[in-house]
Amino acid sequence: MTTTLQALLDAGPIAINLGLRGFAESLKNQGAPVVHVTWEPPAELDADLTSLLDTLI
Amino acid sequence: MGNGRGSVIRDVAIRRNRYYDSVFLMSVASRLAKLPGIEDAAAVMATPSNRQMLLDLGFDPAGLREATANDLVLAVRGERDAVRSVFDVLDSHLVRNEDAVSSISAPSWREAMTRQPASNVALISVPGHYAAREADVALDAGLNVFLFSDHVAVEEELALKRRAAEAELIVMGPDCGTAIVAGIGLGFANVVRRGPVGVVASSGTGLQEFTCLVHRAGSGISHALGTGSRDLSDAIGGISTLAAVRALELDQGTRAIVVLSKPPGARTLPSLMAALAGCSKPTVVCLLGLAADALPRGPRPLVARTLDEAATMALRAIGASDLPEVQSVVDVRRWVGAEVEGMTSEQKYIRGLFAGGTFCYQAQQILRDLGMTASSNAPLPGMHAWVEGDTCCKHTLVDMGADEFTEGRPHPMIDATQRSAHVLAVGEDSTAAVLLLDVILGYGAARDPAGDLADAIRGARAGAERRGGHLAVIASVCGTDGDPQGLEGQEATLRDAGALVFASNAQATLASCEIVGRLTSSREAK
Repeated sequence: MTTTLQALLDAGPIAINLGLRGFAESLKNQGAPVVHVTWEPPAELDADLTSLLDTLI
Repeated sequence: MGNGRGSVIRDVAIRRNRYYDSVFLMSVASRLAKLPGIEDAAAVMATPSNRQMLLDLGFDPAGLREATANDLVLAVRGERDAVRSVFDVLDSHLVRNEDAVSSISAPSWREAMTRQPASNVALISVPGHYAAREADVALDAGLNVFLFSDHVAVEEELALKRRAAEAELIVMGPDCGTAIVAGIGLGFANVVRRGPVGVVASSGTGLQEFTCLVHRAGSGISHALGTGSRDLSDAIGGISTLAAVRALELDQGTRAIVVLSKPPGARTLPSLMAALAGCSKPTVVCLLGLAADALPRGPRPLVARTLDEAATMALRAIGASDLPEVQSVVDVRRWVGAEVEGMTSEQKYIRGLFAGGTFCYQAQQILRDLGMTASSNAPLPGMHAWVEGDTCCKHTLVDMGADEFTEGRPHPMIDATQRSAHVLAVGEDSTAAVLLLDVILGYGAARDPAGDLADAIRGARAGAERRGGHLAVIASVCGTDGDPQGLEGQEATLRDAGALVFASNAQATLASCEIVGRLTSSREAK
């Protein structure tokens, strides 16, 4: 699904959060829809392999 | 901190491929450092800069040699037995309590998008090295991006913003601290009323102060969009700022548009001014640090010198009346008289210690406009460079959120330890007349930022009194009555500690200048 900046302003944030858990928590406390991705750094791969993996998954 | 009996050792432990976010790790380090017998502790991912920091602190290079950015390092200094005890149960210190976020967590991007297909924005605060890649994934998924991470290369920023512009999306950031979209705060935001004023800002604390001032004037914010500190540089050309201005021009709930920034690049400034001049709604621009006569004063955009003036101009432009009185000159003069009375002849200078970079910047501009010079670690043109340890300076205005204070250590908005130490040092400085502080409330900020500074403020004032002098403490609170910390209580805490409290950084800075001006004139009169 594709959205735009204008659609974001109209609808308010429906968020995906990567990184600091506190940001997801404060969105939840404000009543905004949010899903927190439990992010971890990818294994150290060379750029070509990373790009290939991005295409595959 | 330990009492140091027994031999002191340093030791490190490494946990391979264990990632934790920096806020959690700082809380672990802080807990460890408070255990009996422990003098210092660090818990960091083993990035090259963190490894160097640990080497600088004297930790064993051999233990760190093979660690990578995906590995967690715990480094502890203290009495031998205490350090051993920490390492015996190390993993128990790394258990995160189940919290509200656990129930809304997904293991991957794909899972998150499946669970919430209507998503329209991604908040990204992963380490800078990975941030551009994740922002790219977000744009692939058709999402706007709020990019909190810093250390993203300018080339990556440009590529992301160009891609976003083609899809009519926005990238807020990198290094974007705050935004408010349709009444919902992202990142470090204050709780403000919804209303008719839209704002676009390249500085996080500038945006926070502006939105608080509008709220405290009885009005509200339609949307407040951060853009990242480099957006209006010529390298980026204001891609996000211009997109945000266009969106606010089209937004039905926005009746006035305000842009806050440091001075844009020479080639980008005309584009910004043309975009604002072309809006059908009233527009205001506040470019902190720009010389007073650098912009023409015309009807559109209106040009404000300070964040306070920007708020007042925007509200007047949409017909607001009954704006709150700025503390009256008579009041300020009376306070100033009382503050100056107890000072010694040595006391002459302002010592500003700021958590907000924009506050340091705006304070310098106010001093400069009054013909005063100061030293700063983030100097405006015409000001002097300052580095930690410099003691020969006159007025000093220090941004304690700058990299040199926050590399591997918490930002002063979330932890007052470093700033408290500097506040206490001002009490030992016989030339200090005014201690100028900012206190920032809102989501993401410390739970009791005024309380965290109160003891240090009392200590600094006591230090001046021991020398027969008096230290004026002038504070501004950036916050609202809706903030989790509570504005009134925070202000009361500062007053109880002996501070004079102002509603904005500009007002607090002007009061500080009034005090040192009064000192000079009364001494000249003698």
